[in-house]
Amino acid sequence: MLCIGVGNIYRGDDGVGPYVAQRLQNLQLPGLVACEASGEGTDLISRWSDFRCVAVVDAVISGAEPGALIELDVRAQPILSSMFATSTHAFGVAEAVEMARILGQLPEYLRIYGIEGASFEHGCGLTQIVEETADQVVQRIAAEVERLEARGGAD
Amino acid sequence: MSTQTIKVDYLARVEGEGGLFVKIKDDWVTDVKLKIFEPPRFFEGFLRGRSFTEAPDITARICGICPIAYQMSSVHAMEQAIGVKVDGQLRALRRLIYCGEWIESHVLHVYMLHAPDFLGYPDAIAMAADYPEVVKNGLRLKKIGNHLVTVVGGREIHPINVRVGGFYRVPTKRELQVLVDDLKWGRDTSIEMVRFTAGLPFPEFERDYEYVALRHPDEYPYNEGRLVSNKGLDIDISAFDQTFVEEHVEHSTALQSMIRERNAYFVGPLARYNLNYDKLPPIVQQVAREVGVDGPVNNPFKSIIVRSLETLFAYDEALRIIEAYEPPEKPSVAIEPRAGTGYGCTEAPRGILYHRYTIDDEGIILDAHIAPPTAQNQRTIEHDLRYFVQEALDLPKDQLTWQCEQAIRNYDPCISCSVHSLRLEIERE
Repeated sequence: MLCIGVGNIYRGDDGVGPYVAQRLQNLQLPGLVACEASGEGTDLISRWSDFRCVAVVDAVISGAEPGALIELDVRAQPILSSMFATSTHAFGVAEAVEMARILGQLPEYLRIYGIEGASFEHGCGLTQIVEETADQVVQRIAAEVERLEARGGAD
Repeated sequence: MSTQTIKVDYLARVEGEGGLFVKIKDDWVTDVKLKIFEPPRFFEGFLRGRSFTEAPDITARICGICPIAYQMSSVHAMEQAIGVKVDGQLRALRRLIYCGEWIESHVLHVYMLHAPDFLGYPDAIAMAADYPEVVKNGLRLKKIGNHLVTVVGGREIHPINVRVGGFYRVPTKRELQVLVDDLKWGRDTSIEMVRFTAGLPFPEFERDYEYVALRHPDEYPYNEGRLVSNKGLDIDISAFDQTFVEEHVEHSTALQSMIRERNAYFVGPLARYNLNYDKLPPIVQQVAREVGVDGPVNNPFKSIIVRSLETLFAYDEALRIIEAYEPPEKPSVAIEPRAGTGYGCTEAPRGILYHRYTIDDEGIILDAHIAPPTAQNQRTIEHDLRYFVQEALDLPKDQLTWQCEQAIRNYDPCISCSVHSLRLEIERE
């Protein structure tokens, strides 16, 4: 599985994606590659084009309580670009997913973990509630990798 | 008396956050504002007190799309300040990494942000449904650009391998050779890209612009040259501050530029192309002739063709550099700080990016000034809109609004870049 942590570590909770990617990288799980990305959409498509199973972790602003987790099975439902308004990219996560869907370039398995951010001010570090959810997401993705590996491969 | 306003609160398909306001009174455009409201980011302020060696990595953070431009302008400025010249293969590698950035940036803009405008689609996703092979080619062209930046720059987002004096590590010959097949595919496919964009329908619109770009005696410009214009400007880059003036306007958190005692000017692909056509290699000139844009291009909507021609150039130039590449003995030249002021001006994908630094004898930055291309183009964009809307008043409002946005996207504005530099004054009592 490829886990892409989207965000900017210098903008508070926007760094939650890279935080999760780094934690997963440190676990050195067989069958898992973790990387950081800025969230530029064509970059995401090119990164996941070599993988069958992909998880994307990003901060979201949906109006939910800070730290809330939204897990999306992308193959089952379209996603809203308004949710990923944390990015200044003109072509971001939601656009990448919908573009890949139209072109038949969605990975077989693509989950998006959106974590509601509390603060996107300048500076490093996550708010506590966001970090707690991020730690849960690390566990959840690690379990998914194990489950997929047991079924014959999470690549 | 009738008054009509065109208002776009959030411009779509531009990098960063901006809006548009046009006021029309009795069939006359009376007010045009390209509103830039992204918060200022104060990079120049926090560069002060840092080491001269940190400038490339700090300024690269100004933009996720064109970090190489920031790295290149900063290293050239710092090297001038300390009296160092980087030459030979290290210089060539700097051109090579810039090729990668032009490819990434131009391809993203042409396929994902601008082409849908011309074909009547709300976005690239809708366009992909009808032009899947075209869009797939765009994605692959972009991916190859990413790969090139990764190989030379260490990673594709905010590359970490560029330093004052050269690089931390230079690629092996083999590492570059493995890119060749993809680059050849990219060169062939970017010819198709030129043909595709040249076949788009273009609004009739031309103005008498003053184009400003670098010009080098031997090559299409990336990192070096004099600043020239089609109206007689020909200066060393160190004369930038005496020649151009930046002004704060109320509706923008980015400074607007103009030529002193003249007016707005135009930077970017169209300016480079019109001022340096003779420096393009034969393959690019031949394709330009084939699609009928081998003379000066004064319709900014046709910048999409010029971006495609520059993509072809970048692929061709990358292949030329790799073919001649021999890894240098050392990845960088020795650098020692000394007090002074240095100037750097390089051609970012969107146009000239100017840096000026003053450092002390220990290399600590005392003063920094950065003029990004989008800030320089702001006034020209507003003038375009004023003329364009005046001529297109008969269009239905939704179509006029659409074409106004398209006219802004002609400049591929990067608003996130443009707002790094607002001066903040705090008055305390």
